[in-house]
Amino acid sequence: MTYIPIADQPNELHDPHTFISKYVWSQDHKVIAIQYGSTAIFVGLIALVLSALMRLQLGYPDTFSFIDPADYYQFVTMHGMIMVIYLLTALFLGGFGNYLIPLQIGARDMVFPYLNMLSYWFYLLSVIILLASFFVPGGPTGAGWTLYPPQAILRGTPGADMGIMLMLASLAVFVVAFTMGGLNYVTTVLQARTNGMTLMRMPLSVWGIFVATILGLFAFPALFVSAIMMTFDKLLGTSFFMPAIQSLGETLNTAGGSPVLFQHLFWFFGHPEVYIVALPAFGLVSDVLSCHARKNIFGYRLMVWAIIIIGALSFIVWAHHMYVSGMNPYFGFFFAFTTLIIAVPTAIKVYNWVLTLWEGNIRLTVPMLFAIGFIFTFIHGGLTGIFLGNVTVDLPLSDTYFVVAHFHMVMGVSPVLVLYAALYHWYPKITGKMFNVTLGKIHFWATFLGTYAIYLPMHYLGFLGVPRRYYAMGNTDFIPDSAQALNANITQAAIFVGIMQLVFIFNVIWSLKYGKKSDPNPWDATSLEWQTPDNPPVHGNWGEKLPVVYRWAYEYSVPGAKDDFVPQSIAPEDVEMLEGEGKYVDRSEEH
Amino acid sequence: MSLFRAILEKPWKQQTASGLPAEGDYGSVTPPQKVGLLFFIAVVAVMFALFITAYFVRMELDDWRPMPESQLLWLNTVLLFLSSFTLQWTHNVLKKGQDKQFKIGLILGALFTVAFVYGQITVWGQMQEAGYYLYNNPANAFFYVLTGIHAIHVLGGLFVWTKTIVKYWSGAEHEELELSTELCALYWHFLLLVWLVLFALVSYT
Repeated sequence: MTYIPIADQPNELHDPHTFISKYVWSQDHKVIAIQYGSTAIFVGLIALVLSALMRLQLGYPDTFSFIDPADYYQFVTMHGMIMVIYLLTALFLGGFGNYLIPLQIGARDMVFPYLNMLSYWFYLLSVIILLASFFVPGGPTGAGWTLYPPQAILRGTPGADMGIMLMLASLAVFVVAFTMGGLNYVTTVLQARTNGMTLMRMPLSVWGIFVATILGLFAFPALFVSAIMMTFDKLLGTSFFMPAIQSLGETLNTAGGSPVLFQHLFWFFGHPEVYIVALPAFGLVSDVLSCHARKNIFGYRLMVWAIIIIGALSFIVWAHHMYVSGMNPYFGFFFAFTTLIIAVPTAIKVYNWVLTLWEGNIRLTVPMLFAIGFIFTFIHGGLTGIFLGNVTVDLPLSDTYFVVAHFHMVMGVSPVLVLYAALYHWYPKITGKMFNVTLGKIHFWATFLGTYAIYLPMHYLGFLGVPRRYYAMGNTDFIPDSAQALNANITQAAIFVGIMQLVFIFNVIWSLKYGKKSDPNPWDATSLEWQTPDNPPVHGNWGEKLPVVYRWAYEYSVPGAKDDFVPQSIAPEDVEMLEGEGKYVDRSEEH
Repeated sequence: MSLFRAILEKPWKQQTASGLPAEGDYGSVTPPQKVGLLFFIAVVAVMFALFITAYFVRMELDDWRPMPESQLLWLNTVLLFLSSFTLQWTHNVLKKGQDKQFKIGLILGALFTVAFVYGQITVWGQMQEAGYYLYNNPANAFFYVLTGIHAIHVLGGLFVWTKTIVKYWSGAEHEELELSTELCALYWHFLLLVWLVLFALVSYT
């Protein structure tokens, strides 16, 4: 039997013929990626508006009559949930996972294109259910994004009737959508790589997405399980999580349930979720940094191993979110220990990024600016994470703005900067057009400096003891008036950064129509997606023949080569050298 | 393990196109459908593991009153075992090319499965009649939720079974059919295993 790559098996072809099958019910991974990406960015913008409304209330209390405490809690909840799950998870894995996996490993498509299409439509359904909760009586849930029972389903919490049910339903549908997509991503990476693409020749983007997907597959069931059990508690009066309780003067029928059990289940999902977002970001930023620094990524093997180790460790740190929950204090010791250990592989990655820049031939393009910005914000958020990982430090800081600053720095700003780096980096490939560089740079500086203006002061507010989750401070003795002035400044910065994101949206749409036609490989990158015969790649990606891979994806600044890079798919004997430089060296004999 | 060997490779050294399935080696590569199913089974296993963990945690609290055991559950267990066994047999006879037995096996497997689900529904009815409602006690709630989720996964298996028989009717190739029945059998074995764990759990706690 002759070798037929999975991508070229007869059953796998699903050529679109009509407009609908090409752009709506499409099974092409690139179209699905764009559908995922635009839906995610759309809901992300809604969450951005919600955060602006929250900041207005915090910066100028007693000013906006249209924000009452219930609204405020609903904004907090929906902002958190949308950003973490419906934007970041969906954009990294559904968007970039879908777009990059087949292109970077040299496949024609995902191995289960139909399931892939279903995955997007289930995701869209979950988004619609989520957004529908804004329009039901009582509005969306205001239980906080962690949805802790018993308060999440008790009267008195905003949206405790329809809102929470729609939220739980939406999450369950999202988990189904993710599982369909996730099975596709892992199987494609394992089974559909082109000839020569060994695991250790995959770009780090694929590694990050691959391991994050495995985390997602095993972590999302915890969310699913807790959503189902909470739905039963709410609808059918069971007592999985509901203790005996007096609510608004009446005794409820529930008894004996364990709210801490929910917290364990939730964070067993919730902590890996952090790395479901972070690992693809680590991968994408590694590729962007290496390409624009014209240097191979420092310590490729260690980068891969660190991704795997972080992935494994992420399942045994969850209770560091629960130091103040009333769980057994001995747990705290164990989880503080594992939490500090996970900082080691993470630090290795940071050192390797910095060492990749060291003596590189750095091109300060727009994606590179965002990638370098990420190193700053990530170190920043990572260090405060080490503070909070210690039980004794966490206890006093847990309910303050310090925590808000920490997780927004490490889990909000950092992945978003990577998303921008990646969106600018791959925009010419996705659209075939070049974005406007000036607008891109304005967008970067406004976002990078602006987010520091938002979150640096928040650390200070946290040390002062300003509590988070409060609708308004009121008269509090230990908080000086200057804290309120700072809060107003933070709000101004937040509104500014929010508005500046429109520059990005404008740039994307404007360049689509008026942007210069892009070179197929504008960044001189080595990985396979830049070597497609068409730009942007068409259905089937590779034309007649699949590419063959001869080396890893980081062959930059090659001594004596005509171009300073050698793509993965060029045979050693075909590499063009400068005159008098002899032949391109096969380095397998070195070392 | 080959995965461990794979991640020890030094990619900055090698400059050849060798690596993945060598020429003519394709037949030995696991079909993607099987890899996908194995991952799906792992995901479902994690889900049940989490339910069972929650079960153990909740069981320790003092309002837990175990349910009586229904004798019918033993019969249901036999039915599920039969369906799992039959589908394996179906796969085996298909490999030998015995077309007629294959048809019988496929249909029998589904009949046993439907009987299992029907049996589970009957057990629920019995429990309700005896006054063990879902909201009376967490033990009851867990019983209904666990058996319910398991039954839904069984029905999901029947959906794939339907696709297999449609493939058969529309004259699919032998290899494709063989893969489908193999995966069905695999999934049914897994469901049987989950059921045995759940059955032991509700019987002995």
